[in-house]
Amino acid sequence: MIKRILSTSYLGILLIMLYAPILIIIIFSFTEAKVLGNWTGFSLKLYSSIFQGGIHHSLTSALWNTLIIGLIAAAASTVLGTMAAIGIYNLTPKSQKAIQMVNTIPILNPDIITAISLFLLFVSLGISQGYTTVILAHITFCTPYVVLSVLPRLRRMNPNLYEAALDLGATPFLAVRRILLPELKPGMISGFILAFTLSIDDFVVTLFTIGNEGLETLSTYIYADARRGGLTPELRPLSAIIFISVLVLLLVINQRAAKKKL
Amino acid sequence: MQRKLISFLGRRRNWTIPYVLFLVFFVLVPMSLIVFYAFTNAEGSFTFANIQKFWIHPEAMNTFLYSVVVALITTLLCILIGYPAAYILSKMESRNAKLLVILFILPMWINFLIRTLATVALFDFFKIPLGEGALIFGMVYNFLPFMIYPIYNILQKTDQNLIEAAQDLGANPRQVFLKTVFPLSIPGITSGVIMVFMPVISTFAIAELLTINNIKLFGTTLQENIYNGTWNYGAALSLVMLLLIGITALLNGEGSSRAAEEGNLI
Repeated sequence: MIKRILSTSYLGILLIMLYAPILIIIIFSFTEAKVLGNWTGFSLKLYSSIFQGGIHHSLTSALWNTLIIGLIAAAASTVLGTMAAIGIYNLTPKSQKAIQMVNTIPILNPDIITAISLFLLFVSLGISQGYTTVILAHITFCTPYVVLSVLPRLRRMNPNLYEAALDLGATPFLAVRRILLPELKPGMISGFILAFTLSIDDFVVTLFTIGNEGLETLSTYIYADARRGGLTPELRPLSAIIFISVLVLLLVINQRAAKKKL
Repeated sequence: MQRKLISFLGRRRNWTIPYVLFLVFFVLVPMSLIVFYAFTNAEGSFTFANIQKFWIHPEAMNTFLYSVVVALITTLLCILIGYPAAYILSKMESRNAKLLVILFILPMWINFLIRTLATVALFDFFKIPLGEGALIFGMVYNFLPFMIYPIYNILQKTDQNLIEAAQDLGANPRQVFLKTVFPLSIPGITSGVIMVFMPVISTFAIAELLTINNIKLFGTTLQENIYNGTWNYGAALSLVMLLLIGITALLNGEGSSRAAEEGNLI
């Protein structure tokens, strides 16, 4: 019993520590003060001013850029990664191993190495950096994760199903669409979500591939902000909203998964 | 012609081709470019000067060694704090544990720069001075979830029969843990180390924010060189990091690809 109380309180203390900074952001999103940590009375002004737009145009456009880049990169890596996984599964063990080794390079590399290597690629080829290079860079570090979340589903699948479909007269494309894709869907979805998360959270690779044409994502915007010495106050309610929506979403998914099991 | 194309696409192993081309162009070529730039000077002719500069140049070397020490301390603290947490989670009823694991991962959904700035505000609030202590705390805070998750994953999959067998053979709880549970969980720790150690060395921005620009880590040195246009030297420094990664990956052998798979946080 004592053991249980001790272990529960250990987890509790850890969680409180992990959440303390986030709590601070949420609490101080309800006040107007410019500096995080100053309380100048309760106010919802920051919340309303995010939705007004106009005034904080650069923040809104940074947010849009982040979401658009995230969606395109996640969609492209899901298609590329799923195709690759299906292909890899049908290769000889030796080539499988070779491709998977290269596939883990972007995962094992710290982001700054990926960033520098891609930066050197783009400058050596004289490609001007902007939207396209950021998206290509994001696809580079997202796709390996998609491959890794789709491959296990293929390995768990009955390989005869696909052959059976072909024997029954389905074209390879029909067989892929009707037999393979439904089985791979959960892996593709979690790959997509993971890719999207990685993309919107990325800072280093984006900074090195975004060029200097004034394109900003949320993370480069915050970085520039922090270097200037402060955080745009509107980032507080924005982070609070993102955090609460993700929390609710995950709790709902968790509840649904639990219900399905029962 | 069309039939040929269809039968070519019909062979599923050919579906790897786009990704293989992509990997060559966006992973292998860029990596070779790091090596190429590291061994050439601004005019493009072969030289060892960049590597030599790293050995001789005390500032870069010191930053590098300092970053390795910070990364070691952070990794160790993450194991010490994270292992018990993962162990407790693995002993809980699976539904509750899953919810708690989500809670541990969730902070990562807030942009890490904002989280770091909030940590700074927290320190200000409690009048804790920013500096080395704050840096280590901030790093542990940022990377702890990456340690807890893989260890929890492995512990939770541990074969209960092995534990029961150890008990049947007369091991006391301590022995069961030290001789059975812990050795079986080492792959989880390895995964965690891979996901904490290298990223800490190469972070930039976090260190500056937590120490008011007093301490910089190796990642910042890399970034500064690229930004100041000394690409060749920057590439040489990147090569040093790549070698370190290569060594870690070799030491782990199979572990690293498994680590990558277990790193899958969803």
